[in-house]
Amino acid sequence: MSAPPLVAVEGLARRFDVSRPWLARLLTREPRRWLQAVAGVDFAIPRGTTMALVGESGCGKSTVARMLVGLLQPSAGRILFDGSPLDPRAGRKALAPVRRRMQMIFQDPYASLDPRWRVADIVAEPLDAFGLVASRAERRERVAELLRAVGLSPADGSKYPHEFSGGQRQRISIARALASRPDFLVCDEPTSALDVSVQAQILNLMKDLQERLGLTYLLISHNLAVVSLMADRVGVMYLGRIVELAPAEELFTRPRHPYTRLLLDTVPDLELRRRERVPVAGEVPSPIDPPAGCAFHPRCPWANGRCRAERPEPLPVGAARVACHAVEEGRLLA
Amino acid sequence: MPLLEVEDLVVEFPTRRGRLVAVDRVSFTIEAGQVLGMVGESGAGKSLTGMAIIGLLEPPGRIAGGSIRLEGRRIDDLPPEAMRRIRGRKIGAIFQDPLTSLNPLLTIGRQLEETIRTHLDLDAGAARVRAIGLLREVGIPAPERRIDAFPHELSGGMRQRVVIALALAAEPALVVADEPTTALDVSIQAQIVQLLKRLCREHGTAVLLVTHDMGVIAETADRVAVLYAGRLVELGPVEAVIRRPRHPYTQGLMGAIPRIGARKGRLVQIEGSMPRLDAIPPGCAFHPRCPHAFARCRTERPELVTTGPAHRAACWRVEAGEGS
Repeated sequence: MSAPPLVAVEGLARRFDVSRPWLARLLTREPRRWLQAVAGVDFAIPRGTTMALVGESGCGKSTVARMLVGLLQPSAGRILFDGSPLDPRAGRKALAPVRRRMQMIFQDPYASLDPRWRVADIVAEPLDAFGLVASRAERRERVAELLRAVGLSPADGSKYPHEFSGGQRQRISIARALASRPDFLVCDEPTSALDVSVQAQILNLMKDLQERLGLTYLLISHNLAVVSLMADRVGVMYLGRIVELAPAEELFTRPRHPYTRLLLDTVPDLELRRRERVPVAGEVPSPIDPPAGCAFHPRCPWANGRCRAERPEPLPVGAARVACHAVEEGRLLA
Repeated sequence: MPLLEVEDLVVEFPTRRGRLVAVDRVSFTIEAGQVLGMVGESGAGKSLTGMAIIGLLEPPGRIAGGSIRLEGRRIDDLPPEAMRRIRGRKIGAIFQDPLTSLNPLLTIGRQLEETIRTHLDLDAGAARVRAIGLLREVGIPAPERRIDAFPHELSGGMRQRVVIALALAAEPALVVADEPTTALDVSIQAQIVQLLKRLCREHGTAVLLVTHDMGVIAETADRVAVLYAGRLVELGPVEAVIRRPRHPYTQGLMGAIPRIGARKGRLVQIEGSMPRLDAIPPGCAFHPRCPHAFARCRTERPELVTTGPAHRAACWRVEAGEGS
């Protein structure tokens, strides 16, 4: 990649304090307990492309998303936006010019829109917050333009969110996200709550907008088929770490990490090949007390002594970066 | 004789502004040991059809027409007490959220034993042995110990396994599974789908699998019923419906599903959304969104017509022998 990436994260980590209250700890002599939600996450997103993070619940993908847009502070590591590091201690004012350029779309279009606001005010909120419009007329004009861009009509601005279906609400969320003319959109499961035919409309809209406005996306999803459609690069997360990071083509044709292989193998098969699958035993362990060594070793058919003791570091394999001893040692053909 | 026969089922909700028809003259059958997948988007009436069959329609929703027969016997007009005995003994139910099916105050063993003893003539000791056997069958590790666990002590995947064990406890002839994997993580979903399929094959149980996920249907079902706005629009063998869908809605639905490998293209888009129950258009309910609609579609409702071996679709264009 010659051009500098729009967004890059280095050694990003976040832990949550899940200790019992101070007095209870004192009485039972229990130590503080931490939940390591995200650890050692590195990636870079070239401008105008889509990076996806996939994984099951609790893998930390949404925590990464929230740190990127400033809803959560990282415990360690740094975030670079357009080449300069974001200082989490800088005040609201200082960060505003950067924050304007990144927006987020949430999963639940029912929860993310205030039911008491008219759609026009919802969409105009970033315009007002960042002081981007000078007059009422300009505000009205900009809102109409945004509603049209997402396939709604300017007249919809005078309605309330409850008058819209789930898919239309997600369009409203996208219009609001685009209001401040951002470069970067973080989309956290943007279509998981929608029916497939509506999902198709929203995914097509996201692609069109990306092409037209040159947007850069971070897509958080558990749906590998959606990721394969949308993403240029994919990071597979397991218990807070990226276990495999690869160009999408590469990841879907040559998955390397055993967990990536497992995930791909669980995608329902619409081609009706009716293969009998190797049933994958086990579930994701608790992030409060993750397994030693490679966190995936209890479920991994290729795990050995080293996997149980030593955490694998991400190493380059072809165009991918894979954190797996079995791949590194050639025990598992990559 | 099919195990389950649903004929012209109508489910409606009376409201102040008139009655809303949520399931509109739906007919299908399921043979013993067969899995019928019922697919559709939210509001299509698929869950209500399942609920009508297990007799758990939530009032004011009610069956307003048609009949449901299990092993030849009508069950849609039974008094609640008689229906309660059939539910559990003859029909097992699996819902999306395992926590709604499990009592949080009782151990899973207690719940299993109670179900077993309600429906089968077994003493306490034999019921416990059977409960442990069921837990083993659904893949719960160390069932002798887990049987005394409470639901909250189990993970989501394990709870859904317990719900499946409960549904199968009395060896029912039919299981109604409503979105059984939707609340689970993808790697667990595959496990549960495989489990359900294997158990029903082994026990000869018929399954009505209600889901929005065509992938789950493709993996599990023998036949597929596609619902749109409360109406059955296509019914046929899973291969035929998935490979050669005949109804324009099914065709759109199949094209709208993203697939791994088919990268970078746009998805097929069905414009608009499913009508609300109070605004179902006249004629074919799909006509405002249909790229092929013509005059007749706007006025006259199409009935299911045969389009291939055991394959039927409700579409005027198909009936006229046009289209692919």
